[in-house]
Amino acid sequence: MRVPVSWLLEHVDLSADSLSAEAVGEALIRVGLEVEDVLPIPATTGPLVVGRVAAIEELTEYKKPIRYCRVDVGAEHNEDSGTRGIVCGATNFAEGDLVVVALPGAVLPGDFAIAARTTYGHVSDGMICALDELGLGDDHSGILVLPPGTADPGDDAAVLLGLDDAVLDIAVTPDRGYCLSVRGLARELACALDVAYGDPALVGRDLPEPQGEAWPVRLDPSSQCRRFVARRVTDLDPTAPSPWWLRRRLLLCGVRPISLAVDVTNYVMLELGQPMHAYDATTVRGDVVVRRASQDEKITTLDDAQRVLDPDDVVVTDDSGPIGLAGVMGGASTEVGPATADVLLEAATWDAPSVARAARRHRLPSEAARRFEREVDPGVARAATDRAAWLLANYGGATVDPGVTDEGGVPAPEPVAMALDLPDRVAGTRYERGAVVRRLSQIGCRVEVAGADPGDGGSAGLLAVPPTWRPDLTRPADLVEEVLRLEGYAGIPSELPAAHPGTGLTLAQRRRRQVSRALADAGYDEVLPSPFIPPTVFDAFGLDADDDRRNALRLANPLDADRSLMATTLLPGLLDAVVRNVSRGLRDLALYQVGQVVRPGPEEPPAAPVLPVDARPDEAAVASVLAGLPRQPLRVGAVLAGAWERAGWWGPGRAADWADAVEAARIVGRVYGAELTVTADRHAPWHPGRCAALTLGDTLVGHAGELHPTVLEALGLPARTSAMELELDRLPLAEDRPRPEVSSFPPVLLDVALVLDEDVPAASVVTALRDGGGDLVEDVRLFDVYTGPQVGEGKRSLAFALRLRAPDRTLTLEEASARRDAAVATAAERHGARLR
Amino acid sequence: MSGTNDLYDPKQVAALDPETLDAARADASAAFAGATTLDALTALKPAHLGDRSPVLTARREIGALPPQARSASGKRVNEVRVAIQAAYDERHAVLSAERDERVLAEEAVDVTLPGDRHPRGSRHPLTQLSERIADIFVGMGYEVAEGPEVESEWFNFDALNFLPDHPARTMQDTFHVEPAAARQVLRTHTSPVQIRALLERDLPVYVVCPGRTFRTDELDATHTPVFHQIEGLAIDKGLTMAHLKGTLDAFARAMFGEESTIRLRPSYFPFTEPSAEPDVWFPQKKGGAGWVEWGGCGMVDPNVLRACGVDPDVYSGFAFGMGLERTLMFRNGLPDMRDMVEGDVRFTSAFAVEP
Repeated sequence: MRVPVSWLLEHVDLSADSLSAEAVGEALIRVGLEVEDVLPIPATTGPLVVGRVAAIEELTEYKKPIRYCRVDVGAEHNEDSGTRGIVCGATNFAEGDLVVVALPGAVLPGDFAIAARTTYGHVSDGMICALDELGLGDDHSGILVLPPGTADPGDDAAVLLGLDDAVLDIAVTPDRGYCLSVRGLARELACALDVAYGDPALVGRDLPEPQGEAWPVRLDPSSQCRRFVARRVTDLDPTAPSPWWLRRRLLLCGVRPISLAVDVTNYVMLELGQPMHAYDATTVRGDVVVRRASQDEKITTLDDAQRVLDPDDVVVTDDSGPIGLAGVMGGASTEVGPATADVLLEAATWDAPSVARAARRHRLPSEAARRFEREVDPGVARAATDRAAWLLANYGGATVDPGVTDEGGVPAPEPVAMALDLPDRVAGTRYERGAVVRRLSQIGCRVEVAGADPGDGGSAGLLAVPPTWRPDLTRPADLVEEVLRLEGYAGIPSELPAAHPGTGLTLAQRRRRQVSRALADAGYDEVLPSPFIPPTVFDAFGLDADDDRRNALRLANPLDADRSLMATTLLPGLLDAVVRNVSRGLRDLALYQVGQVVRPGPEEPPAAPVLPVDARPDEAAVASVLAGLPRQPLRVGAVLAGAWERAGWWGPGRAADWADAVEAARIVGRVYGAELTVTADRHAPWHPGRCAALTLGDTLVGHAGELHPTVLEALGLPARTSAMELELDRLPLAEDRPRPEVSSFPPVLLDVALVLDEDVPAASVVTALRDGGGDLVEDVRLFDVYTGPQVGEGKRSLAFALRLRAPDRTLTLEEASARRDAAVATAAERHGARLR
Repeated sequence: MSGTNDLYDPKQVAALDPETLDAARADASAAFAGATTLDALTALKPAHLGDRSPVLTARREIGALPPQARSASGKRVNEVRVAIQAAYDERHAVLSAERDERVLAEEAVDVTLPGDRHPRGSRHPLTQLSERIADIFVGMGYEVAEGPEVESEWFNFDALNFLPDHPARTMQDTFHVEPAAARQVLRTHTSPVQIRALLERDLPVYVVCPGRTFRTDELDATHTPVFHQIEGLAIDKGLTMAHLKGTLDAFARAMFGEESTIRLRPSYFPFTEPSAEPDVWFPQKKGGAGWVEWGGCGMVDPNVLRACGVDPDVYSGFAFGMGLERTLMFRNGLPDMRDMVEGDVRFTSAFAVEP
């Protein structure tokens, strides 16, 4: 909410002290208001006076309307003729109007210096000002015309306009609806400064004694309307302008002045926080009934939009049907118009959640709805109607009808009992005697100290009856907050609690961190792509129609309609990152991500039970809510493109390939103390001949290899881009406790070259050699792969280095050779290997 | 037949002649000195120290001398042999040193040539920051708690004292998940993990919850729909707001140095009462030391404790949380949040792998 500082200070007893706008802002911040900005009205210097337009000469020879005016700017500033000549391009004023004139020597906001100059064939000896030129808002629709009688020609306009002021821009948190008003903000300021406060709602108005009803009104219980106050004024002069002071305040609060009747309702809302509505009483047909809307009922609202109502909407109706969407917006059929002289004023207290739902449903976040959602003081409705009626009578010549309709009532707030030392115990300090009662009284509570409270070890308690504008104060904790914030958080000491004996990171957490470190150490860069993916990616990946990965969670309100799904795999995000980097000229890439994916099952989740919040829900209920959530396993993914090893003075580089992707998977496996088994697989989006399944025992952990060329082309990725993805939750979490026995006897190193069918996986041959060689085989390493004429069509030669060693003796060459022969024999038996 | 003198042949023992021996020594010294390479020196060795060299020939003659003459001759021959050997060794050492120097000079390389065949990778600064913050709290005895990103509304809102239709729900622009009846959202904060921790763990509870969170903010320099938070929760007997302040003060010092401190401004969050927003005194602030807004905190609302079955008359506690993107922005003086999400490797690489 925007509010001028001067308006707040009017209700705060600062006696002689004057306070800068910044100091006011800081005081409000101290008690918990988010003052986002302090905006001084930009300075005007030099002569700025009130003028009366004496004569207007229309200059017709120009393409746009131009007026040469003679303006009476007071004896001190007038020429001998009794006026000054000023050229003006606006047409929204007439002879006799009061305007604001900047005389030569004045400097308006934006360093706009005024000087006499010749223009359109006349000497223009000053400027007639528009609002924005004076720094009062951004309205440049015409020049500012002051209401008649506001001032006399020659009066200092800077004083009249109140230019020595500043506007506070305050974000009000949802718990403090009462602060969406001058009444509430001024009270907070008085509390912050610890000075007396004058409640604008309590100012008496000189109005006729109430007598009878203003209008017949019936509240249907279904409406949940708490209070409905109506008052009527007649004989309003519809042409009467709003007084300047009122227009000025509206302008500074960011509300555009329209007409007296509309301006008054807006003004009372800003002042007292009570949104009001004005009906043209001559258009209201019969009794007013407040109820829930019927199915398919319609209303045309003030913004001229026809809206189909929901049975949950609360409406104000007359014999013709709905004439207002309660708390949100009035109806067009009863709108106050330029001829309205008979006005029915409404100040109601609506049910906050009903208004919140209606505003959301109809996408109408009006100023009224914003206040009703946050609760409006039911106690202020009558004061608001009286204030509005009084303003219309005073400034619009209206007659206030003695009738007052006041349906519903003001529910008495429940008293809250609190131990007197509770604020001390929550804050961890001791407040001065009397501070608690004083602060609670300051915010409007009626406080009784209940003496010794036998139930609380003899310490005293208090009973606080919150004011009607504080529906948020229902529990001792709410009162505690009021005391703490008003006494000031700065006074709360800083004390470190005794250290709690924690158990550190869990094994899973340590492993997860280590996966990230290991990949970074191996040369991968971590990225954090968005999990929002387009449905088209599954086709681009070439996934089968029944592939599980197509079961993606759908967002009801995605930011980008094309990216409405939650990722079921990390690959789309990683591949997006590759595309982005390549487009920026970065081609040698090794990226990784560790993160959750979302894997719902094929069936829709069931409707969730609504669990209680006033006590711990039972285990079965919690379990059913948890079971409805999709599975969200933790995964790691990596992609490679371009060169893995760079070319350099040492020789040529090496392109990243499928084997690097498989190795990345093995690096991750080793973090878990697991040696992943690699087998050939066919799995989209990988290249069918270059895809490895990574398993541990019977568990599939993930895949690695080169991506399918069609996929790469569809996604605009570099050729040979390779990738791996593993589900970390499928890796074992057993604490890895190695117990190595290191033999100090010398090894025997033997090489074997085996010729095998091309499609025999190397990993299987290694296994065969290990199995055949037995426990003396310490290591088997593949060091060469050869295909060519020497081994024949469809064959390849694999060369292995074997290291054999005995734990308890020096191995003889004979013994080692025998083991090697056994190893080769097993490879021959299992895979048809023959020695080359 | 037994005249031993018959065997004495003055010609044969000429080799033992002192002059001859001196000449042999002189010849050897001159020859060795003339050798300019180790190979040449080695080639000279047999002529002067080999079996057929003068000095070794002389030594063999000693046996032919009368016994009384052997001692003197033997001594003389030996002296000469040792001298020649010494001359050889000395020259060998000189030539070896020369050769070593030459070879090392030849093997010299340009040590400024690059050696980065494959550069080191890097971890994302948000991951590293999250771990750093978690570690500070782990050092204070906290444990790290985690939860899912697709979350039930009961955990994300209801149990955290967000009333239905209360405007507080609209404070956090929420991604909703289909179907609506399942009451699931992308978690808007890490606070649902507080609820999970209180339901799952025994009291007292001291946890920090890092994680990815979501709100429907368009991506720009200071907003991103996918962001990260870390949040702390302490529930114990007798915890006060002074403890909250002390904890945040200790945290600020650990993160930003001994001069750093925290001040609290009153604020509102549905799940805390009283609520506050901390400002941290940041000595390295761009443009000079100053206060920086840093997240939210407060005393856990009794309604939250009740929803988790914790008796608010016995236990109390505090919670605090902060956005990691924003923390990284002000800590490192980064102007644009988009760099953190776009995955440009130049951004991440700058952070390498922090200790």
